[in-house]
Amino acid sequence: MDQARKERLMKKYAYAQTAADAPGAGGPGPKAGRGPGGRGGRNMPVKKPANSKQAIRRLFSYLENDIGKLCVVFLCVIAGTISMLAGSYMLRPIINSLTQADGSSQKLFRSLLLMAAVYAVGILAQYFQQRIMISISQGALERIRNDLFCKVQRLPVRFYDTNNNGDIMSRFTNDLDAVGDMLNNTIVQIISGVINITGTLCLMLYTNVWLTIVTVLMVPLMLKLAGMVVTRSRRFYKAQQAALGTLNGYIEETITGQKVVKVFCHEEVAQEEFEFLNYDLRDKQIFAQFFGGIMGPVMNGSGQISYSVTAIVGGILCVLRGFDLGGLTVFVNYSRQFTRPINEFSMQMNTVFSALAGAERVFKIMDEEPEAPDSPEAVTLDPCQGHVVLQDVTFGYNPDKTILKHISFYAKPGQKIALVGSTGAGKTTITNLITRFYDIDSGSITIDGIDIRNIKRENLRSNIAMVLQDTHLFTGTIRENIRYGRLDATDEEVEAAAKLASAHHFIRRLEHGYDTMIEGDGANLSQGQRQLLNIARAAISKAPILILDEATSSVDTRTERHIEHGMDRLMATRTTFVIAHRLSTVRNANAIMVLENGEIIERGDHDELLAMKGRYYELYTGKTELD
Amino acid sequence: MKRYMKYVRPYLYAFILGPVLMITEVVGEVLMPSLMADIINVGALNHDVGYIVGKGISMIGVALMMMVGGIGGAWFASKAAVSFSADLRKDLFQKIQTFSFANIDKFSTGSLVTRLTNDITQVQNLIMMSLRMAMRAPGMLIGAVIMAFIMNRQLAMIFLVILPLMVVAVAIVIRTAFPRFTILQKKLDALNSNIQEMLTNVRVIKSFVRGSYEEERFAHSNADLKQSGLNAFKIVIIQMPVVMLFMNTTTLLVVWFGGNQILTGRMPVGDLTAFTTYVVQVLSSLMMLAMVLLTSSRAIASLKRITEVLDTQVDLTDENARYGQVPVKHGKIEFQNVSFRYYKNSEEKVLDDIDLVIEAGQTVGIIGSTGCGKTTLVSMIPRLYDVDEGKVLVDGIDVKDYSLKNLRDGVGMVLQKNVLFSGTIQENLRWGDENASEEALLEASRSAQADEFVQNFTDGYETELGQGGVNVSGGQKQRLCIARALLKKPKILILDDSTSAVDTATEAKIRETFRTTLKDTTKLIIAQRITSVMEADQILVMDEGRIVGRGRHEELMKDCEAYREIYDSQMREEVLA
Repeated sequence: MDQARKERLMKKYAYAQTAADAPGAGGPGPKAGRGPGGRGGRNMPVKKPANSKQAIRRLFSYLENDIGKLCVVFLCVIAGTISMLAGSYMLRPIINSLTQADGSSQKLFRSLLLMAAVYAVGILAQYFQQRIMISISQGALERIRNDLFCKVQRLPVRFYDTNNNGDIMSRFTNDLDAVGDMLNNTIVQIISGVINITGTLCLMLYTNVWLTIVTVLMVPLMLKLAGMVVTRSRRFYKAQQAALGTLNGYIEETITGQKVVKVFCHEEVAQEEFEFLNYDLRDKQIFAQFFGGIMGPVMNGSGQISYSVTAIVGGILCVLRGFDLGGLTVFVNYSRQFTRPINEFSMQMNTVFSALAGAERVFKIMDEEPEAPDSPEAVTLDPCQGHVVLQDVTFGYNPDKTILKHISFYAKPGQKIALVGSTGAGKTTITNLITRFYDIDSGSITIDGIDIRNIKRENLRSNIAMVLQDTHLFTGTIRENIRYGRLDATDEEVEAAAKLASAHHFIRRLEHGYDTMIEGDGANLSQGQRQLLNIARAAISKAPILILDEATSSVDTRTERHIEHGMDRLMATRTTFVIAHRLSTVRNANAIMVLENGEIIERGDHDELLAMKGRYYELYTGKTELD
Repeated sequence: MKRYMKYVRPYLYAFILGPVLMITEVVGEVLMPSLMADIINVGALNHDVGYIVGKGISMIGVALMMMVGGIGGAWFASKAAVSFSADLRKDLFQKIQTFSFANIDKFSTGSLVTRLTNDITQVQNLIMMSLRMAMRAPGMLIGAVIMAFIMNRQLAMIFLVILPLMVVAVAIVIRTAFPRFTILQKKLDALNSNIQEMLTNVRVIKSFVRGSYEEERFAHSNADLKQSGLNAFKIVIIQMPVVMLFMNTTTLLVVWFGGNQILTGRMPVGDLTAFTTYVVQVLSSLMMLAMVLLTSSRAIASLKRITEVLDTQVDLTDENARYGQVPVKHGKIEFQNVSFRYYKNSEEKVLDDIDLVIEAGQTVGIIGSTGCGKTTLVSMIPRLYDVDEGKVLVDGIDVKDYSLKNLRDGVGMVLQKNVLFSGTIQENLRWGDENASEEALLEASRSAQADEFVQNFTDGYETELGQGGVNVSGGQKQRLCIARALLKKPKILILDDSTSAVDTATEAKIRETFRTTLKDTTKLIIAQRITSVMEADQILVMDEGRIVGRGRHEELMKDCEAYREIYDSQMREEVLA
């Protein structure tokens, strides 16, 4: 790589460089945020979450129903830990009696029988504790997921428009995984660790006070060492994550645009930039992985030192103070048992932190404001005629930016109203308001004379059928997807709707016809075919109001002409709002509204608008931009 | 496996030193109990304080050695694993760069991204774990057994009985658990796609008031997931009690037989302490091995997916190019009996016996309904795909005889699904020609009618585009993509539905500049709008992989039914008027 290019890359990824030099400073930069980089670091140090107390309390509220089971788990943990401690302590009298004159095989056998019983209790307790805990945690996770799903579903459309799907998704997956890890293991481990340390400490004190003091004195040394390792590994881990994020972002972008890369013979340049980032990651990752990896040896080594010191002091005590050999044997084993939970604790802390951070992110969504409940006076339209009136409607997604200004128009039942204008003029916004995805700031929208804010939201929406530009299908058969429009529709009605939308023909040609499975949002169908299915789905619904938002934009003009007839039949009995890029599709509307910058600048039917020789005329004859 | 040796070789020392240094940990681990036994057997029983302190200090020495060895081992292990995977990732990326369009289609970009990111990480973790466990677990197992045998042959026989039993038991647990985890993964995927669908389809769900229906569906797959989670974990948690059972049984047996030997004076008491430690060591190292096995299965699946990419035969290369040095000079295009299908065994031909001559400098419009083969037809010219039958010639030379670089430098193509990359507008345009002068850049931008709106941005050509060019509108993006292709100064320019979001007036201006400034360039324009192609020197009307009409607009209006139909669907009112 020549020097100039290298310098250019260094400049471009300046963030990644500074992260290496001063890894402690600053959060992830704009570049590091993209790409699937932030995952997979469960065993790495995580920052302590801000509001852990509340998160813990809420998390435990999901365990409330299992209090009984939790008590059993608790008892099992106690029983298991005690029997483990007891089992190892029982070696003391056995060894002592072996070295004394009165030792015999019978006596040994009896002691061993007792030991076996203790072991058996321990094993059973351990099994049941885990078995019950698994069912508690899986159940709690199921409840949390259900709550989260129901909650997210009820959030207003605004939430979806302002949040990234990938981010919400990762709360269901990554964050809840972390919570699950904690519920599965950590709780039990912490309880048993605490009991273990206390129990061991008691037994050590009982066995020999001096040796206990020696062992306990070693603990601060171990914690100090652990702390040193953790600080460093956290720093390098951060640098690694930043580099990984940048690299993954680059990979995602380049591979997604791989065909463009090839058309421009840009492979070598891409490879060069990739290698720059790849080796930058390598250099940081080696250190991150190294410091992540030395925790084990360091803790183990210091545990061994503590063990050795105990052995020396214990040995001397045997000589000078007549400390019994059995005591020494069990004690050195204790000193190991004592350091192990401390070790495990430091490992578990990461799990706990990421679980709490995850729980916080999950609860944050649960705390989002849902769609406001219907007012108590809200009515249902039964039946709905489809008389829609917008009166002086003003609206903006943000208070400081008005999108629609004083919009007024009406649609009588069965009429077809077209909305025309460039991107950002506010066409789709109007449909968002009629369906109450967003509430208007001032003015009023009425259906059959009733303000839509006084109509039950579900009732309002069930009277409106929509076909959107972005075609969305669900996993399931084609039949199920069409039936989504009206769940009680018969098979005949499904086929009739498909015929109306000119979808019947291509569906019949599929291998399994109407029972063909749609997977991954209909990747096995063309965009045009998906739009036809969407039209069929709207056709089957009996809603008297129909919204077509660029519904046929991906259908080529010839096919569009073929389905025109069906569309006309569909629209004949419904109040229809049509948004279309192609002006040919709106020609036969009862009224056409030309929108610009949130205002209706022209209105009338096709011929009137052409005669006006205004904006519509210009658009129609291709004199101005429609973008 | 052999192919991966090449990634090991440069770091062979690290691959060896890592595990070797880990041996110090093993050695220490198995030495410790015997030193401890010495303290009890010799020091304590003989009241020899000096001996005790001496042995104790050597224990501390061993502990320090273990620590240093462990740290060193960690260094080489991470060096080896990280370098290995960085090099592997580099080759994987390079391989993908050589992929043909057909290769990319086969894998799908999403899965290629996963292979470059997640799968490599999985492999790296496995290597790291293996390097650290490779010596440790088996070393400890063997070391402890050997030490046990040295210490007391008869007592050590117990291991020989218990070990195989335990291996069998653990193997059974793993084998039962494995398929259950596969099911669990499937249920998890199902649940995730359920959520994904809800997120993308929220407007549909809300407008059809299907909230409770969706909640039911979710609750169903959620319960499914929970059940398979229980089924899988239920088995895994048996492992620990089983191991405990074996460990405790062994301890009991050791104490029983050992105790009896002590009673008869055939064994010193300290050995029993050491032995119980060995029991723990042997069985826990076996546990560790089982764990490595369990986790490695995922990494091995990842490695398979990586190998699949590396092993892919790139089906389109310029190795056999006969005129590798020749650039595209004029831009004459010929198709001779060209047929093509995307899948070798599919019935339907996407291109069916196409014959075609386009003279250099001509403007050719291509029109037809979706799926009729327009894009496929033009993809043959820069050799994005290879024909199945027939020949494509550029300037009289088979495209297969050009080097890919020269051919694609000569053919500028604006793809239907086009992408801009994150970076400034200028950086994006320079994809066409890295060393283009400022003047050339502005000229290309002007020709594509992009200059005006770019100048209106505060930062002009230095404006940062988000990933995928998110902060420009559809029409603006298309114009930038055209400018990018123009900067290449190609002999042949292909626009695949590249002005669909540009308004007709601006599009007319682009066509006008093409006519005046790109006189010598052969231009192929695929379009939906008939106005985009009406003035072309030659219009091709395609239907189901065949050319059903060719000629100028007036000719086609006269004798091409399909063309008239398209024309009518778009221009009806003009006819009426």
